[in-house]
Amino acid sequence: MSKIIDARGRSCPEPVIMTKNALDTENEGIKVLVDTNVAVENITRFAEGKGYKVEVTENSDDYEINIIR
Amino acid sequence: MGSKRKMFITGGIIGIVAAILMKFGNPGNMGMCIACFWRDIAGALGLHRAAVVQYIRPEIIGIIFGAFIISYLTGDFKVRGGSSPLIRFVFGFFLMIGALVFLGCPLRMIIRLANGDLNALVGLVGYVFGIFIGVQFLKKGYSLGKNYEQSKVAGFFFPIFALVLLIFLVVRPAFILFSTEGPGSMGAPVILSLALGAVVGVCLQRSRICTAGGFRDLILIKDSHFLWGILGIFVFTLIGNLILNFNKFNLGFIEQPIAHNDFLFNFLGMTLVGLCSVLLGGCPIRQTILASQGDTDAGITVIGLIVGAAFAHNFGLAASGTGVPVNGKIAVIIGIVFVLFVAYGIVLGNNKKVSKDAKGVSANV
Repeated sequence: MSKIIDARGRSCPEPVIMTKNALDTENEGIKVLVDTNVAVENITRFAEGKGYKVEVTENSDDYEINIIR
Repeated sequence: MGSKRKMFITGGIIGIVAAILMKFGNPGNMGMCIACFWRDIAGALGLHRAAVVQYIRPEIIGIIFGAFIISYLTGDFKVRGGSSPLIRFVFGFFLMIGALVFLGCPLRMIIRLANGDLNALVGLVGYVFGIFIGVQFLKKGYSLGKNYEQSKVAGFFFPIFALVLLIFLVVRPAFILFSTEGPGSMGAPVILSLALGAVVGVCLQRSRICTAGGFRDLILIKDSHFLWGILGIFVFTLIGNLILNFNKFNLGFIEQPIAHNDFLFNFLGMTLVGLCSVLLGGCPIRQTILASQGDTDAGITVIGLIVGAAFAHNFGLAASGTGVPVNGKIAVIIGIVFVLFVAYGIVLGNNKKVSKDAKGVSANV
């Protein structure tokens, strides 16, 4: 079970910083919750740039980003 | 198409628009300037009485409509807010003071640079320095807190504001002031400004280009994605100017249009802009786009920009081609010290909260 980071309601660039900080300790992967397209794009770009695999699931009013090694 | 190339081309469209608007009558190196344009609107509404900078800039109306409509169609329109509105207002206020001492927002800084104005290079160094300081706060835990879903009605305020401005622009009622001389009297034809403003609004909304974000991400997460957009603006403004405004291209520090060569305050003015932009999560143009797509926190920030512009002229803080007034210099220094102080206070408060949360409720007495 990977660690869950709740970045909902956070404005740019906080979701990316939270993701970065979490990946520093949990380098096997994490799950990030966000609620804007911009955060999804920024986190996806960041994590893929670091060599992670990224899966995004859209829920009714938020997004679940699965970041795996 | 690669994401960097896409950024570069989107930035390029904005650059070409800037060159075209200058060709068709906008003031020198002011094809696009969000700070100057909001300042002109503040003047037209009578919030300040600097007779040379009063005009309802159609570009702003176009940008708001463009960003609003495209965000509505693509699902990016979301009404949220409540993340430290008062702090955002004050940061927006000081951001504008910095911008009007330098004479331009970060976008105009790039446009000035692309027409040979090397004072903008000094501004750019100051801007990146301000961003660098802001990033240190981000690393230490700076945050303005969460935002929350708000009533959808609030998201329509900015588009309605733009509509009211458009009516004022067309009807020209007596209480709206229009400059008869100076930069405020110069402008491309209204329809052209409106249409190209809308193009810029759409490009910026879709690409999320932010002049502060470009440098911030490079420093913070070593990501050059947005920087390619800024580079696109620079390169295509330069090319556009060399084709359309060749006789106005002037490489150097002196006799630049609507600019001064006070190195120190070009630097410090943009340091304040960079610092505020990072702490706000976006530069003035990004704030204007976000405000148009339902972000009421960005809306408050833009109102801070407008009020800042009004004060800058009412208190004699804004620079002009002849230089920076003493009041403006003092205001920039006060602004930097104040914003640093507030950001430091936020970091302290946030870290205290985090360690309290970590200790758990039992220790929390």
